[in-house]
Amino acid sequence: MTKPLVAIRSVSKNFGEFQALKSVSLDVWPGEVMCLIGASGSGKTTLLRCINQLAMIDAGGIWLDGELLGVREHGGKLHRLSEREIGRQRLKTGMVFQRFNLFPHKTALENITEGPTQVQGRKADEVRGEAIELLRRVGLAAKANSYPAQLSGGQQQRVAIARALAMKPMLMLFDEPTSALDPELVGEVLAVMKELAKSGMTMMVVTHELGFAREVADRVVYMDQGAIVEQGRASDVLGAPREERTKAFLSAVI
Amino acid sequence: MKPAPALAEGFPDLSGMRIAREPHWFRWLSAALIILVLAVIARAFANGQIEWSYVSRFLTVKVILEGIANTMVMAVLAMLLGIFLGIVVAVMRLSPNPVLKTVAAGYTWFFRGTPLILQLLLWFNLALVFPTIGIPGLWSARAVDVMTPFLAALLGLGINQGAYTSEVMRAGMLSVDIGQYEAAQAIGMGRLRALRRIVLPQAMRVVIPPLGNEFIGMVKATSLASVIQYPELLHNAENIYYANSRVIELLIVAGLWYLLVVSILTPLQMLLERRFARGTLRLAR
Repeated sequence: MTKPLVAIRSVSKNFGEFQALKSVSLDVWPGEVMCLIGASGSGKTTLLRCINQLAMIDAGGIWLDGELLGVREHGGKLHRLSEREIGRQRLKTGMVFQRFNLFPHKTALENITEGPTQVQGRKADEVRGEAIELLRRVGLAAKANSYPAQLSGGQQQRVAIARALAMKPMLMLFDEPTSALDPELVGEVLAVMKELAKSGMTMMVVTHELGFAREVADRVVYMDQGAIVEQGRASDVLGAPREERTKAFLSAVI
Repeated sequence: MKPAPALAEGFPDLSGMRIAREPHWFRWLSAALIILVLAVIARAFANGQIEWSYVSRFLTVKVILEGIANTMVMAVLAMLLGIFLGIVVAVMRLSPNPVLKTVAAGYTWFFRGTPLILQLLLWFNLALVFPTIGIPGLWSARAVDVMTPFLAALLGLGINQGAYTSEVMRAGMLSVDIGQYEAAQAIGMGRLRALRRIVLPQAMRVVIPPLGNEFIGMVKATSLASVIQYPELLHNAENIYYANSRVIELLIVAGLWYLLVVSILTPLQMLLERRFARGTLRLAR
């Protein structure tokens, strides 16, 4: 029997008084493409950030590939892992940000090779070959020596996807990857993501692109006020929602 | 409403007409006035009690050249020490560790809070507090022998500079978008590696203009080391005029050298700025 790649159990996260996540539990299975939808402030981005530990959870636990994230159980208590161990755990996930966050002082190619050479300590020429292959995969082989400022938003986001893939993650996290893009550039990024989904990558995508969710997602999760309201096949959740809140959200965005 | 005609009448064709040059009378007048004032000042100095032949003779005399060499060596070394300390202290200041934070804040408070000349005198006279210094049982020496004018000036100027540079560095690091830290973390980088590889190179672009400013300040601040017998430019100029009483002439010699050095530094700073502007839109290839 296969095990979930990500197991989220009773996870809560507060920002001061604000409860961003209220005892959320969820499994993500290997090879699954999951889209998280919901209004802003519903906790879907926070959930992603907790999985790659850019935010630390306040209660509950997240297991990635069978390993408990961020803490170690010892003598009936949880102890925080060192920065080095958290860094090692982060290598299993790749993150794509809403605002790309490419390194502006490095070329597209250098952005991609930075992690493998500096963090994983791999040989530069071997990594370089892989990086060029990744750029080709996202359709930007000709832009290897361009700086981020010379690329369009869509191109920058595709480089960012290649940068995340270069670490050979088991799970790709997308935090509203097309929300900062001009409408005519959304398609090229979604196309790269579709290709990635087809290749069997496990993906969690926070998105407002319901068309993409309908077409690509194996499962759609609707969140509201820090909790999962409804989840299921894309055609069910988006086509025939059962919960009133889901219906209200969908009628508001379409 | 009637349908609009192709173009309304009554607006003359201006194509082919140029915009006339303004005469700028006031600019000409003020420039002439300034030149006049400068000429009067120059004439006053030319007729004053200054032996210009002494100025040109002492401009390239060996002791003066040694002085400017010592000034530059000290400025560069003290600035390097200041930048090193500045980065370390800025990183400590931005760390989540309260002990490091407090130590860093205390360092900045102390060395910015007391006059530089006082700090130089304290270092130079350290022997009064600690007659011998060293590691007990391993090595020790008399403080008067260790604390030479060179070392006292280097420590005094460098450590003081570090307190100012740390604030410049901190401002530079704060100017880098938080998303850059997050992107670095997301590819598995620890805090220090992210700082070294991602944040500091971007901070440098912001930091170089104020650092250039600080370095120019440093070149001139080395003259304070004359009070602790460090043989820099002003100290050597003073030694000459103690002997020959040509005070103004030698001060002019020193002043000309400081001006020359600072004039050379400005274009160097521009080269450095271009180096760190990689990837910014303005200077992108």
